[in-house]
Amino acid sequence: MSVFDRDPDDRVQVLDVDGELVGDVPDLSDAELVALYRHLRLARHFDERAVNLQRQGRMGTYPPLAGQEAAQVGSAFALADGDWIAPSYREHAAVHVHGLDLSDILLYWMGHGAGGWDTDANVLPAAVPIATQIPHTTGLALASKLRGESEGSESPRKPGEAGDAVACAYFGDGATSEGDFHEGLNVAGVFDVPAVFVCNNNGWAISVPRERQTASPTLAGKAAAYGIDGVQVDGMDPLATYEVTRAAVEKAREPGDRPRPTLIEAVQYRFGAHTTADDPSVYRDEDEVAAWRRRDPIPRLERFLRETGRLDDEVVDDIEASVREQVTEAIDRAENAPRPDPEAMFADVYAAPSTELRAQHDHLNRLRDRHGDDAFLKE
Amino acid sequence: MSTETQNLTLVQAVRDGLRTEMQRDEDVIVLGEDVGKNGGVFRATEGLYEAFGDDRVIDTPLAESGIVGASIGMAAYGLRPVPEIQFMGFIYPAFDQIVSHAARLRTRTRGRFTCPMVVRAPYGGGIRAPEHHSESKEAFFVHEPGLKVVIPSTPADTKGLLASAIRDPDPVIFLEPKLIYRAFREDVPAGDHTVPLGEAAVRREGSDVSVYTWGAMTRPTMEAAENLAAEGVDCEVIDLRTLSPLDRETIVDSFEKTGRAAVVHEAPKTGGLGGEITAILQEEALLYQEAPVERITGFDTPVPLYALEDYYLPSPTRIEDGIREVVDFP
Repeated sequence: MSVFDRDPDDRVQVLDVDGELVGDVPDLSDAELVALYRHLRLARHFDERAVNLQRQGRMGTYPPLAGQEAAQVGSAFALADGDWIAPSYREHAAVHVHGLDLSDILLYWMGHGAGGWDTDANVLPAAVPIATQIPHTTGLALASKLRGESEGSESPRKPGEAGDAVACAYFGDGATSEGDFHEGLNVAGVFDVPAVFVCNNNGWAISVPRERQTASPTLAGKAAAYGIDGVQVDGMDPLATYEVTRAAVEKAREPGDRPRPTLIEAVQYRFGAHTTADDPSVYRDEDEVAAWRRRDPIPRLERFLRETGRLDDEVVDDIEASVREQVTEAIDRAENAPRPDPEAMFADVYAAPSTELRAQHDHLNRLRDRHGDDAFLKE
Repeated sequence: MSTETQNLTLVQAVRDGLRTEMQRDEDVIVLGEDVGKNGGVFRATEGLYEAFGDDRVIDTPLAESGIVGASIGMAAYGLRPVPEIQFMGFIYPAFDQIVSHAARLRTRTRGRFTCPMVVRAPYGGGIRAPEHHSESKEAFFVHEPGLKVVIPSTPADTKGLLASAIRDPDPVIFLEPKLIYRAFREDVPAGDHTVPLGEAAVRREGSDVSVYTWGAMTRPTMEAAENLAAEGVDCEVIDLRTLSPLDRETIVDSFEKTGRAAVVHEAPKTGGLGGEITAILQEEALLYQEAPVERITGFDTPVPLYALEDYYLPSPTRIEDGIREVVDFP
């Protein structure tokens, strides 16, 4: 039975919470399975270091992802290079899998304007407002469909515009309450576009629990209102999230009898705070956190890979060492990046700056000459 | 009025203002994202949920248009909703509700229905926040007939202006300068305390140049004024407090005395309130004018991420430089 024929609350699982196989292993090679595991470890370690950087005053406010690695990595693993991602602000792991450099991700949270854009990856800027990236995803997918159907188009194509690119949105449970969620999914359904909407339902929109976010029994069930497929998956099971996303991507790319768009509700939990500026102890119980920690995706996959002979102590140790080294290098690169020049503030506001903008730019430069940069900087 | 005072920060004054008005009028309802159990992301509503219960301090789903749109309905019914938008940069989903409905419910129904609602939102930069958390877009709302726009700069004014906004029969956009939420304390009258809307405050009297500002820019402007005083430049600093309607009388009276003016705001220059204030001076006091009006503002760029925000926001040095231009003219 297709995963799309299941009821919205019939949660797809491949590994149970103990890492025991309860479904079909996806069609991934041993090396790919180990690579997936390494990405989970990388994401967790990156996240721990990033939180510490913020605590030490070396980085600004940061939204942690611990607990949510499987949904991000598993789903991004199912995308082809030419596919598109429109992320929210918490998808550090997904966008890294899709090609963004870790140091560029850090630079964004260190307040550098251009952080994250030294790349060819088809990743839109992290959307900090809520749900706004969902209609963009519909548009990316609509453009892909239009290009694919307009034979003989002579306009130049960029990577991922070949006509079969799939667009994938990431957003949280809270985002499903915003108007843009409704509008984006509705338009996607009407135009039957190749889009995958991954809802990382981590249980809490800052202090508001999922059951106070909507009276709907599931988020996946909302797909029915748009005439598209909705499927719920254990978002802390990396193999299940991979498999469900793979199926959704395949269906988006190769139109068949089913609607092309899919809403995936990946049920998971954020172990940490909403951001480093948040204190979750005000609104949720430690018992609840502890219960969800038992579903941690990393030991689950590790146990499965060890028991099936794909992973041993030596490989795990190598992965741990290489992950540490990679994150340290990324932090070094980000911290050694020079403070952006104030010129950067005026760059790229328009393709060609207006006379007024040039005048303001000149004015700032005169002020800097007259008073020195120390007169501006507070630290 | 009681003569008793409490020594409060600006954000504590928000809380005290809300609490006082909720005690005074049971129709006052607070609603928004994380305002209840969490007490607000800036703790502006801390303790209200416990004090007034979940019928009057309502944690909503994550839906700004829903929050403000529902508030309009509640206001039309006869309640006094005080919706919170978590950061001004996230107010845009509610923009349609604010400008298309809140602002015109009275005129649309010839007063049959009204919208006594106060939309609270922290605004402005300088706190090393992520993208979209530093916006200062008061001009959008000042441009909309039917709305009032208020920005306090001191704890006592915060409580008093918030109380007046809640009691006002029309919708008020109440923007809180989060940069100075906890920057300093002052004595705030306990219990009932109002400051009238539409009246500017002269923060420093001076004879050489009138400097108009509001909100978080009031402090660097005062600092610049004191620095310039040491050079013999005597600034009159006017904190507008209410941006719609503007206190034209105070604006013009000061200019008739000094003949020179500067406006300091952190919003971008083009289309900002500096232009409106300059136009008022042109309309009302052209013959007093001795120098071009200087606008010391944010640049016409998106608010940069925090590594560059010190260059974006007017600093005392930049404000002094701009005021000197005015004073040294010609």
